[in-house]
Amino acid sequence: MAYITAMMTYIAYLAFKKSQVGIAATTITITGFIAQTAAIILRWSEFAELSGMGFLRSAPMTNLYESLVFFVWCLIAGYLIIEFKFKNRSFGAFITPVAGLALAFIDLTGISKEIQPLVPALKSNWLLAHVTMSFIAYAAFSMSFSTGLMYLILSTGKRNELSYIFWTLTFGIFFIVLASMGLDLLTFKVMVKPDIFIKSYLFKTSFLNPSAVVKILSWGLAFITLFIVWRYGHVLRTVIEKFDLNADMLDEITYKSIAFGFPIFTLGGLVFGAIWADQAWGVYWSWDPKETWSLITWFIYAFYLHGRMVRGWKGKKVAVVSVVGFMAVMFTYLGVNLLLSGLHSYGSQ
Amino acid sequence: MEQEKKKSLIDNIWDFLASVKLAIVIFALISLTSIIGTILEQRAEPAKNMQILSKLFGESLAPSLYNISEKFGFMDMYHSWWFTALLIIFSVNIIICSLERLPRIWKLIKEPISPMSEESIKKLILNREIILKGKPDNNKALLADAIKSARFSCQEVQEGDGYQFFSRKGTYSRLGVYITHFSILVILAGAIIGIRFGFKGYLNLPEGAVSNAAFSGMNKEIPLGFDIRCDNFDVEFYGMSDMPKEYRSWLTIIKNGREVLQKSIAVNDPLTYEGITFYQSSYGMVPDSIGRGIFVFRLISNDGKTSNTNLRFGESFQIPGTSVSGKILDFSPALKVDEHGHAFTYSDHMNNPAVFIEFSGAGKNTFSGWLLRRQPNTWQLPDGHRVEFIDYWGGEFTGLQVRKDPGVWIVYLGCIAMSIGLFIALFMSHRKIWIKAVEDKNNTRVLVGAITNKNRAAFERKIDAIISILRKKQEGVK
Repeated sequence: MAYITAMMTYIAYLAFKKSQVGIAATTITITGFIAQTAAIILRWSEFAELSGMGFLRSAPMTNLYESLVFFVWCLIAGYLIIEFKFKNRSFGAFITPVAGLALAFIDLTGISKEIQPLVPALKSNWLLAHVTMSFIAYAAFSMSFSTGLMYLILSTGKRNELSYIFWTLTFGIFFIVLASMGLDLLTFKVMVKPDIFIKSYLFKTSFLNPSAVVKILSWGLAFITLFIVWRYGHVLRTVIEKFDLNADMLDEITYKSIAFGFPIFTLGGLVFGAIWADQAWGVYWSWDPKETWSLITWFIYAFYLHGRMVRGWKGKKVAVVSVVGFMAVMFTYLGVNLLLSGLHSYGSQ
Repeated sequence: MEQEKKKSLIDNIWDFLASVKLAIVIFALISLTSIIGTILEQRAEPAKNMQILSKLFGESLAPSLYNISEKFGFMDMYHSWWFTALLIIFSVNIIICSLERLPRIWKLIKEPISPMSEESIKKLILNREIILKGKPDNNKALLADAIKSARFSCQEVQEGDGYQFFSRKGTYSRLGVYITHFSILVILAGAIIGIRFGFKGYLNLPEGAVSNAAFSGMNKEIPLGFDIRCDNFDVEFYGMSDMPKEYRSWLTIIKNGREVLQKSIAVNDPLTYEGITFYQSSYGMVPDSIGRGIFVFRLISNDGKTSNTNLRFGESFQIPGTSVSGKILDFSPALKVDEHGHAFTYSDHMNNPAVFIEFSGAGKNTFSGWLLRRQPNTWQLPDGHRVEFIDYWGGEFTGLQVRKDPGVWIVYLGCIAMSIGLFIALFMSHRKIWIKAVEDKNNTRVLVGAITNKNRAAFERKIDAIISILRKKQEGVK
């Protein structure tokens, strides 16, 4: 996909600081974005034709594949807005890889890309509003996560500082989870029959391996990775310092993304979700895991906003909250579907 | 002395309840306990949670952990006393926080904006200075235009050495936070009304059956005040798969012996009567339905004579104009044929209903076999007659979720208020601007000062825009 190329050109832009390269990177991103938009619309109309339910009811956001694609779309849209608003391209080198990785993840895991028939509960006009707004909010939150994390990387120096330990831990865990999932994928492709769904295979090659040796080894490796990230975290800092990003701008983007995402999440995710649940299940709130985790996410971002607006917290403190908030988002989006059961299990395959 | 001590105790409690710290602790407590609630399945069978616990903590720890969790109500924690208590403290915290801060904010809103001295303007966070050619009075229209272009409607005052414009905007946006907080209380109030004056139940209603009550989770009867009848139920599948596309019940409401309302309901499309709403939630076969169900066939002879017939299990029918008759000998709600050619029932649901009919009568071509409702090619008999299997009525029940919730509109009202409140609180700001023009050696010195409670950068850009307009106009005059 174009985003991978865009990622490389953004990095090239950072390396050479030539404006032409930057323009090329932006152009590639925009081209990719337009291509993706077209692909989504195509799928949408194809689905509308297949199901015969009318255009509005057949938004292509009803399973994990479609939702991930849409998430990437929102992320790139959000990034392009920021690029034009803040006139800073360095940021692209962080967002485009996320988009590219998410799409690669879709390709590698072999998540079903088929257009699947809709279960009756999803046939509603609320689908479009609820899912679109939730994902726009998720994209805004992931923006705040990456800026928040970068802020922490930039502004912490001492190894015994709490926020330094926090970000290295987060970063390390992210890395480890990704790596072990990558391992799962590799072995999955090689050994396991394709009819076993990958969900039940998660972490089987490393942390949940039946063999104790492999188990201990992977835990050991995980701790070593954490230690390395902690020990050499300042390298990342110098890398980011080279890109002309300043801490204040990162702080502002973090705040703005959350201030933008929070009301959309409230209205689209919680309120519209409640109304739809009321229509479909007969209860507007049933403490279903997905609902509960959305509420937890909502609390964390509410905490962020209170900390910033009432107490005037700035910088590291709230950046930590924004990172924690995004972990909750990740869990609400993926974790609940993969690990917990409930009414809301549409996005798990 | 005694009284003073008492007062300070109340003050302490008040301060405690009004603190943001308490809010944070409550946020954290609700979140953390909710996490446990999402891991342990709520209101589930004990064995299920036992399994979850032993998976997480090992076989040896699981039983004692189960007992502890049960004692604290973690198996149904959202209805436990302590979770309710957390929600109550949360509401009290919101109320007292707002009461504590509202008077101050109200004063800020009501306080009229007044002109400021040169020194005070210079002390404001945002301030700019620019010299315009000509005396202040000659630049008045220019300044007024510039302010208008920034969409401020301003007041004006004459001063000894010039004049001053001042204005404010979005004053009431300061209330957005309170709208949001208040809306949380409204939502909780709506939820309480729903719990107190409403009910939640279910009703499994077989086709053709009538009920005057629903049932709560404890199998307690809840009278409806009217009768409800299920006239028909049907599932539509995706192609030949067993994935339901839609399921629908045709319901009739009967009040005082009169049919008052008829509606077909489906998932996402409920029926409401007298404040009670019926939701399509599930379906299934009535246990031992074989005696109560009615088979509906359309019989077509090979020379085109047609008739419809309704039969019970074991009864016979005759194809019109012929002496061929058939008898229903067997029924399967979901028939499948295995690789050896044996037919078997593969599901409890009526996914692929089939009847086994033995034909007898004139001619050598007597035939016995399965007729499948979803496969019209099985309806054709070898001798050219045709038996269309239209329906098996009365064998299925529709699973209805029954709910009465007078609080739901209050909850929605709260939701709307919350969305509006959040929008105001996050995107609108209270801005004040002062522009003072002073004569300075036959020129005009213009001082611009401003404050805002939010989004300073955006306001700063706006002020710079005003300045640049002034500058441009100035050049135009020259």
